[in-house]
Amino acid sequence: METTVQSPETPKLSAKDLVTDQEVRWCPGCGDYSILKQVQTVLPELGLKREEIVFISGIGCSSRFPYYMETFGMHSIHGRATAVASGLKATRPELSVWIITGDGDSLSIGGNHLIHLLRRNLDVNVLLFNNEIYGLTKGQYSPTSPVGQVTKSTPMGSLDHPFNPLALCLGASGTFIARSMDRDPVHLRTMLTRANAHKGTSLLEIYQNCNVFNDGAFEVFTEKASKKMETVFLEQGKPLVFGENADKGIRLDGFTPRVVNLADYSANELWIHDENDLGKATLLVRFFDDPKQEGHLPRPFGVFYEEKRNCYEDDLAAQIAQAIAEKGEGDLDALIRGRNVWTIA
Amino acid sequence: MASTTQEQKQSVVILFAGDSGDGIQLTGSQFTTAAALYGNDISTFPNFPAEIRAPQGTLAGVSGFQVHFGSVAIHSPGDACDVLVVMNAAALKANLRQLRQGGTIIVNTDGFDPKNLKLAKYPDGVNPLHDNSLDRYRVIEIDVTKLTRTALTGSGMGTKETDRSKNMFVLGFVCWMYNRSLDSINDFLREQFRKRPELVEANTKVLMAGYHYGDTIEQPMTRYEVKAATLTPGTYRSITGNQGIALGLIAAAKKSGLTLFYGTYPITPASDILHELSKHKNFGVKTYQAEDEIAGITAAIGASFGGNLGVTASSGPGIALKTEAIGLATMLELPLVIVNVQRGGPSTGLPTKTEQADLLQALYGRNGECPVPVIASSTPSDCFDVAFEATRIAIEHMTPVFLLSDGYIANGSEPWKFPQASDLKPIQVRFAKNDLQPGEKFLPYKRDEKLVRQWAIPGTKGLEHRVGGLEKEKDTGNISYDPENHEYMVKIRAERIARIADYIPEQQLDSGPEKGKVLVLGWGSTYGSIKTALIELRSEGIDAAHAHVRYLYPFPKNLGELVKRYDYVLVPEINNGQLVKLIREQFMVDAVALNKIKGVPFTTTELSEAVKALFNK
Repeated sequence: METTVQSPETPKLSAKDLVTDQEVRWCPGCGDYSILKQVQTVLPELGLKREEIVFISGIGCSSRFPYYMETFGMHSIHGRATAVASGLKATRPELSVWIITGDGDSLSIGGNHLIHLLRRNLDVNVLLFNNEIYGLTKGQYSPTSPVGQVTKSTPMGSLDHPFNPLALCLGASGTFIARSMDRDPVHLRTMLTRANAHKGTSLLEIYQNCNVFNDGAFEVFTEKASKKMETVFLEQGKPLVFGENADKGIRLDGFTPRVVNLADYSANELWIHDENDLGKATLLVRFFDDPKQEGHLPRPFGVFYEEKRNCYEDDLAAQIAQAIAEKGEGDLDALIRGRNVWTIA
Repeated sequence: MASTTQEQKQSVVILFAGDSGDGIQLTGSQFTTAAALYGNDISTFPNFPAEIRAPQGTLAGVSGFQVHFGSVAIHSPGDACDVLVVMNAAALKANLRQLRQGGTIIVNTDGFDPKNLKLAKYPDGVNPLHDNSLDRYRVIEIDVTKLTRTALTGSGMGTKETDRSKNMFVLGFVCWMYNRSLDSINDFLREQFRKRPELVEANTKVLMAGYHYGDTIEQPMTRYEVKAATLTPGTYRSITGNQGIALGLIAAAKKSGLTLFYGTYPITPASDILHELSKHKNFGVKTYQAEDEIAGITAAIGASFGGNLGVTASSGPGIALKTEAIGLATMLELPLVIVNVQRGGPSTGLPTKTEQADLLQALYGRNGECPVPVIASSTPSDCFDVAFEATRIAIEHMTPVFLLSDGYIANGSEPWKFPQASDLKPIQVRFAKNDLQPGEKFLPYKRDEKLVRQWAIPGTKGLEHRVGGLEKEKDTGNISYDPENHEYMVKIRAERIARIADYIPEQQLDSGPEKGKVLVLGWGSTYGSIKTALIELRSEGIDAAHAHVRYLYPFPKNLGELVKRYDYVLVPEINNGQLVKLIREQFMVDAVALNKIKGVPFTTTELSEAVKALFNK
């Protein structure tokens, strides 16, 4: 979402102004700590007033987040943060509204509200902490867990085909689709800044490690040994390059992306990233191969897609302004009276 | 021309019935407007099928609109009708038992052809118009289809389009019969079809043809005069319950200075509130048609958190879906109005029929100890007052409030001696201000003498705080799992709602003796039927008292004392006995239940017989 810059006389916030007196109670080693730290680091840079920031969460480990942010906040009910935030933003468009949700909260119980938020395009930021597991209920599979995953509720392996969250969100007409990870603070801060700058619903999926129930779910993407081979970082106008020595690239062969060696192709023959190209974004969100699979594509991180589209709250305000322009400010007596009256003497 | 006589009547009940595609609801409501503008007291009862277009001509597709109008006070749509207007055979079959002995049937003969008779499941070769089975009634047969087509000869319209104006012919004829002016109907037609002048012309032509048909009919006819009612002097309009709720909410928003945010999902019979509110965006009203019931209420909670008047509305099944969010609003202690326009249940139940069976759901239907104030509207115009009052309680006591209406008063209408905006008391909103001393922490759950916490909205510098559904620590609102604190908070949440009893009026008697043999204790939409029954009984020398409970939780402080002043307390309800349970449980009174669960209101006869039985004990 986009927010206005504060007036210069307001003293600048620091990260510690955003820390509450509440003890942070995530498990030691949880990826949520890093995300909290990056959010607290980035927010002061965004020129927001602390009292105009609101964090709204649903239920789950990540949804404890608002208690740790010295802003306005609501820890709502399971799956509904997106809906609560929609009502708030529709009526208080000047606020900076951040939604904190997990893969269970936003894609399972709250899946409906997430897709409708995206199509309405309210100017809010959604931070989707994806750890591919239910943590707070102690280890059941989630809608993003891979098929076959053995969990407490799936001793013989999960049968459910998982969601591809970004494909789902793009399909729901999201206007800002991005991915980052808990283990790359610099990238995460950049993505948080980008999400904030976007006018419309910003959907940022954050790969987050649950070291207790699903440790290492994303380690091929986050750990040094494999990161360069398994990930591709998207930059506007730059070719899709990855590999140990930045020696591989992605080339579009018709509608099919192929991994090529840079020895065989020059950079300008590669797929050049264009955040505003819906067709390319549609292919890019499908870079979702199992890293164990032979010939798989690397997993992209960065801004997949950004589009300018009207925001619900602005159109709502415009309709009200139009109604007032056409009919005049509401007159309560005229309303109560209606069109047909009669008098008894 | 045959002779026409004039006769005076105190009150008349007309039931318009036809196929759900025949425009019956429109016919009925237009006649109602004409009668209301003339000055009659009125009460209406639309009764339609759940299907939008059930198979044409079938019993399932019959739609009805009953209007009771008179020169005397009218409090209910009437038990039996004096005039039954039927557009086809199915409408006759479905409604004949509603017609009183000697009543009049106005028949569209074209709707009694072999096909329609078969669809209405009359045996082969049987036509009720020809087999003397209607001898007990006065039958006026009119070939409406033919006469409508004749009226529109040369209009250039096709038969299909022409036939759509049939209802106007009937309406014109009934207006002739009851000496009602066509002016308001013509105004309505001009407005309704302002973009299609040819339809305005066609419909007014047919309406007029129906009116003049009365003068030319080759049958001795009686025209009736129902004089204007002696209502309390003042200016009146007609209002339905759903309109009343919408206007009451807008008035309350205006009087509190808050923006009305209405988060909802379409459901029968509550949707008309959304339709009405969405027309009034120039009042700053924000209507939000959410993706589901849960989003409707949670968006409203988000709006309330932001310092707006959050409102949601639904009917029973939708309210069931909102249950968890009502618990959240209770924990957050934020203002929220939850309207339940009740219908027959459980589950999908009877979507278009009325019932009062969600009272216990409103009181108890949540997990945990979760008290929510409940108030109910008793007539269409009362819906305005109750919506205003529900909002006042929600804001002044920082709580979700249930407003119970039902399908009968939601769609029914009556004359309303409406208030002036200046008559409505302002609703006090006190947003928290930052008056903290340096180093002092804001305590979001600190309470005043009403046990009400402050409404500290985003944007207020220095009052940043977090709320949520987890149990809160006293004063600070921080998460707390402390056993003593939980018990304390449960009790404080109960007490703060119970204390609302200090801020609502005492229970008044609607009519009857201060003490004695029988008290009829009603709530909600049974008001009109009870009132009518007791007036009738008084003319027979039986004087029962009537109290009608608006505040169902908490009860008015004097209610227990009041019910104990009578030998018998009769509690009539359109459910299987819900208020009666509360009365018995709270006041240890052996209240007598009178229940009807047929999707329709009580008749006055049903009520007066029950009262008589207690008097004879």
